[in-house]
Amino acid sequence: MASGRNATVLRSIAVVYVALLVFVPLVVVTSETLGAGWSVFWSAVSNEQAVTAFRLTIETAAAAVAVNAVFGTGVALLLTRSRFPGRRLLSALVDLPISVSPIVAGLALILVYGPVDGWLGPYLHGAGIDIIFALPGMVLATAFVSLPLLLREVVPVLAEEGVDQEQAARVLGANGWQRFVRITVPTIRPALLYGIVLTLARSIGEFGAIRVVSGNVSGAGQTQTVPLLAVERLERFQPGAYQLAFILMITSMLTILVVFFRRESLAGA
Amino acid sequence: MSSLVLPVRDVARSAPPVRVNDQDISGAARLSRGSALGLGTAVLWLSLLVLLPLAAVVVQSFGGGLGGFWASITRPGALNALKLTIGSSLIVSAINSVMGTLVAWVLVRDRFPGKRLLDLVVDIPFALPTIVAGLVLLGVYGAESPVRINLLGSPIGIVIALLFVTFPFVVRSVQPVLLALDREAEQAAACLGASPPTIFRRVVLPLLLPAIASGAALSFARSMGEYGSTLLISGGLDGARVSSMYIYQQIQSFDFAGASATATVLLAVSVLVILGLEVLQQVAARRG
Repeated sequence: MASGRNATVLRSIAVVYVALLVFVPLVVVTSETLGAGWSVFWSAVSNEQAVTAFRLTIETAAAAVAVNAVFGTGVALLLTRSRFPGRRLLSALVDLPISVSPIVAGLALILVYGPVDGWLGPYLHGAGIDIIFALPGMVLATAFVSLPLLLREVVPVLAEEGVDQEQAARVLGANGWQRFVRITVPTIRPALLYGIVLTLARSIGEFGAIRVVSGNVSGAGQTQTVPLLAVERLERFQPGAYQLAFILMITSMLTILVVFFRRESLAGA
Repeated sequence: MSSLVLPVRDVARSAPPVRVNDQDISGAARLSRGSALGLGTAVLWLSLLVLLPLAAVVVQSFGGGLGGFWASITRPGALNALKLTIGSSLIVSAINSVMGTLVAWVLVRDRFPGKRLLDLVVDIPFALPTIVAGLVLLGVYGAESPVRINLLGSPIGIVIALLFVTFPFVVRSVQPVLLALDREAEQAAACLGASPPTIFRRVVLPLLLPAIASGAALSFARSMGEYGSTLLISGGLDGARVSSMYIYQQIQSFDFAGASATATVLLAVSVLVILGLEVLQQVAARRG
């Protein structure tokens, strides 16, 4: 059935559609970047604003990955290793951020942590802790939108593995910490690492939620990350937007390769 | 199979309750003080990060009562944005259902040089920052379009942006089902004289429908909330302002009640889609 004219037609449609939809963007960004030349590229990524944006992006992404790795593992354990009322509801809820608009995520954080009208913000502000329009809020926003990525990798592994080994260790006298370090961590390590890669990729490219909570400040006290700076350059007809996009694109291509080879190796196993 | 899209609940639900019986769980649930502390921290973190903020959106939107909520979402700006968002999301899900199934079919059933590259490329929209996609769309279909197609501020530009970011959903939900499909029924149908299109429509398609529906639902949910890829091609014009942009605009003018009302509608849609997927899975599991 996969022979003959039908197959050729279907194949052509699929290839052309994917090429037009997905491949064109890569070609456009690359040609715009390379076409402008090396010196434009260098000044676009090395001026003071860009360097600050890179630093903010890296700090935000690293912090979001760290908190999601720690708390994500905790939540995954909670979902797979204990029974409590509302467990199913919780497991559905932790998936919600993936389909929530990043703008809604940002708004939600402002309503709680905003320094003036927020539920908790004024108290935190009184204690000298600023969250909104500052790095902590950007980290929270990024952690919010990327929360499910790590859980989706770790939860199935924990569920699949069951508790047999942990119980054996318990019978042999291992305490909770020993069981966690010697049994649980080695079991989830590949899934955890993979989840971290996905979270990192998502965090580096996050735009909407960070735009809302950061206040999109350029100049003194800059809170603009790389994606925000790219948009500002475009809107103000300044050069250097495509150069930043190119760097974001290269980062995501590396992620794609990790995803791809992992899927291949799982399929082969 | 490790795709970027499978909801955590699917996998969690299909595997554990079967293997972990109640005795095992109750044994594991007798927590030591240390792990109880850890789990408590995890719940507190989830509450501070997700539950409390989302609750704040809903509370804020009903600050002026049900009437205030209704007035906020039926304001012309809010209503037009919602109509555009829902309309374009529906169109995008429909196109994805067809094209995604087609691409999944080619990836599973066809053989040709470059197939692995095609498989690799499918994931790009999930990994590429949406703002990069937005930048490219503006470059190709903006006011200075090299192909002479100006979609700046047009709903068509929004649809193309959404088609890009949601493309992998249907492909990645149909592909594994198609891979696992037993081909005996198709061969039997062929022996009985059915033509390939008939076989696809009568034998294969009914088995793929749950996967297509769940992929379409995910792309609908994602489209409803998309912001980065659509922002630039919208040109900030009224005719192309989706709900996320409307919410951003209201935040900028400190109208938190208005922003929250539209945000609550988007949240309700997300929750409905998640619940719908849940039901769909249970129906599919009962049948299978």
